[in-house]
Amino acid sequence: MIEQQRSEESALARAGGNLAAWGHDAGIGLSRFCRSKPLGAAGGIITILLIVMAILANVIAPYQPKESLGREKVHLPPQQGHIMGTDHAGRDVLSRVIHGARISLYVGFGSVAVGIALGFILAVLTTYAGGIIDLSFQRLIDSLMALPGLIIALAIVAVLGSSLQNVMIAIVIGMLAPVIRTVRSQVLITKELDYVLAGRAIGASPLRLVFRHITPNCMAIALVISTYYLGLAITIEASLSFLGVGVPPDVPSWGGMLKRAAEEHVKTAPWVAMFPGLAIFVVVFGFNLLGDSLRDAWDPKLRGR
Amino acid sequence: MKGYVVRRIGLFIPTILLTTVIVFALFFLVPGDAALFILTGEEGAGAVTDEDLRKLRQELGLDRPIHVQYFDWLWDTMRGDLGISIWYREPVTNEIRDKFAVTLQLSVMAILMAFVVAVPMGMISAVRQDTWPDYVCRLLTLIGIALPTFWLAILIIYFLAYVFDWLPPLGYATLWEDPILNLKQLFFPALAIAFHDLAFTARVTRSSMLEVLREDYVRTARSKGLRETIVLGRHALKNAILPVITVSGYQFARLLGGTIIIETIFAVPGLGAFLIESIIHRDFVVIQAVILLTAAVVLTLNLIIDLVYGMLDPRIRYQ
Repeated sequence: MIEQQRSEESALARAGGNLAAWGHDAGIGLSRFCRSKPLGAAGGIITILLIVMAILANVIAPYQPKESLGREKVHLPPQQGHIMGTDHAGRDVLSRVIHGARISLYVGFGSVAVGIALGFILAVLTTYAGGIIDLSFQRLIDSLMALPGLIIALAIVAVLGSSLQNVMIAIVIGMLAPVIRTVRSQVLITKELDYVLAGRAIGASPLRLVFRHITPNCMAIALVISTYYLGLAITIEASLSFLGVGVPPDVPSWGGMLKRAAEEHVKTAPWVAMFPGLAIFVVVFGFNLLGDSLRDAWDPKLRGR
Repeated sequence: MKGYVVRRIGLFIPTILLTTVIVFALFFLVPGDAALFILTGEEGAGAVTDEDLRKLRQELGLDRPIHVQYFDWLWDTMRGDLGISIWYREPVTNEIRDKFAVTLQLSVMAILMAFVVAVPMGMISAVRQDTWPDYVCRLLTLIGIALPTFWLAILIIYFLAYVFDWLPPLGYATLWEDPILNLKQLFFPALAIAFHDLAFTARVTRSSMLEVLREDYVRTARSKGLRETIVLGRHALKNAILPVITVSGYQFARLLGGTIIIETIFAVPGLGAFLIESIIHRDFVVIQAVILLTAAVVLTLNLIIDLVYGMLDPRIRYQ
């Protein structure tokens, strides 16, 4: 009885120790990452700032994003009180840019989480199954790859109609094919590694091989590519909204804000178009920097490419 | 080589057939059916009589079994008949022909502009690895990849409007009518598309060049006492350029996506602007045709690239 308790206690202590060690390792890993990859760290900081901005949008935005401040406040250039100026409806551009971060992040994280997870599962299962399933599935991916992501997204939105949810569905479908291709190449490599063969030799079931041995070794690449797709998803949402088929016009999305400004007021009120575009650029730039550095840190062979 | 060609074409045919199925199936994703959708609009409002619905269904051929519709459509498409536009009531093939030529010209201009700048840039970056020219090039490529095309286009328009008092033209001159005006009109749209492509191509050139520069034959060439220009030009670049050309070819698909936005902003009457217009009008016949045409062009181009690559590089053939 006491022995059992003692062994339980020690197991608990071991687990606690492991957790502490893991935390410690993660801390060291993080500080090492920041020191060796200053650009990647900058990308990480941009990402974190963006998330904070989106969460605290109601607190930090000086005005309501959808509320007009009156007719005399239409198209004010950047000045004290409105550092990014006001738009054609007399709304504060800064407040709209801050709230726009919510839409961008919601669409970005939402569609990338679903897209990567779905693509990952499909890729692992069909590739491991091999044979005719894999072959025919790959032809399907070939056909999807023949279409640019934006065209797939446009087609889906054309069919389903434009709403925030449909934009996300469109982005997920648009990103599936390339995600599946990338994960598949990693599965193909992993599948032939010695430890998987060893697992098979001692009689591990296919399910066990897939989930215990192959999947964990393909996770890293999924994480790395997801940072790229975050940038891409945000760009596609902005493009769709910019083209007038994305989220509804009153929603403060960066692409949507650019649309009206670019169509009618480029010369008279350029600031309305400059700042949302700058926001998209900075965010995508940050995600790409982070992605590049994560990839380098994960695979030293690719360093400096 | 023969085996490789047969294998590659053997992959091409099912892929393009599958693409036609996907594009065709798009019609059936519409909630309700296309006829109802066209008559009622997105919100489902508006009064629709059964008679109207039946007539439109018959007109669109939606009252026949799906497989009959598909093979009928496929057969027409193969003969170059892409159907009648719902909005314009004109044969789509006629509408698309000129617009496709415009988009093709725009894409080719963009890819040439990108290539001419990107290859030297990538080379300098690789040869002077980890020096300031390399850092500048890498920063530029990072910026180019992250810069949204539409924003760049707006910046260009703003710049042109502010400095030269220029606005996108309302009319458009074709290459045959007025070549100089045509090139002038397409220069800035092509530049906006090229910038993104340039960044990508420069990156590929750099990494391909870095790989080749570490090869033994480059060291041999140098130790023979060859001049650096000959080592780089004749030995390194010749080998490094192949993957770059391949990737540029594959980039074409993304380029076609990029033209959609640029054509809309610069009022260029190409396929992309036409697609957006058709989406707003819910002209499914045109949407289908444009998407299918894009996919067919990309797949054919990929086939040609692969075949040429196999011809040039024996390692590919025997894989």
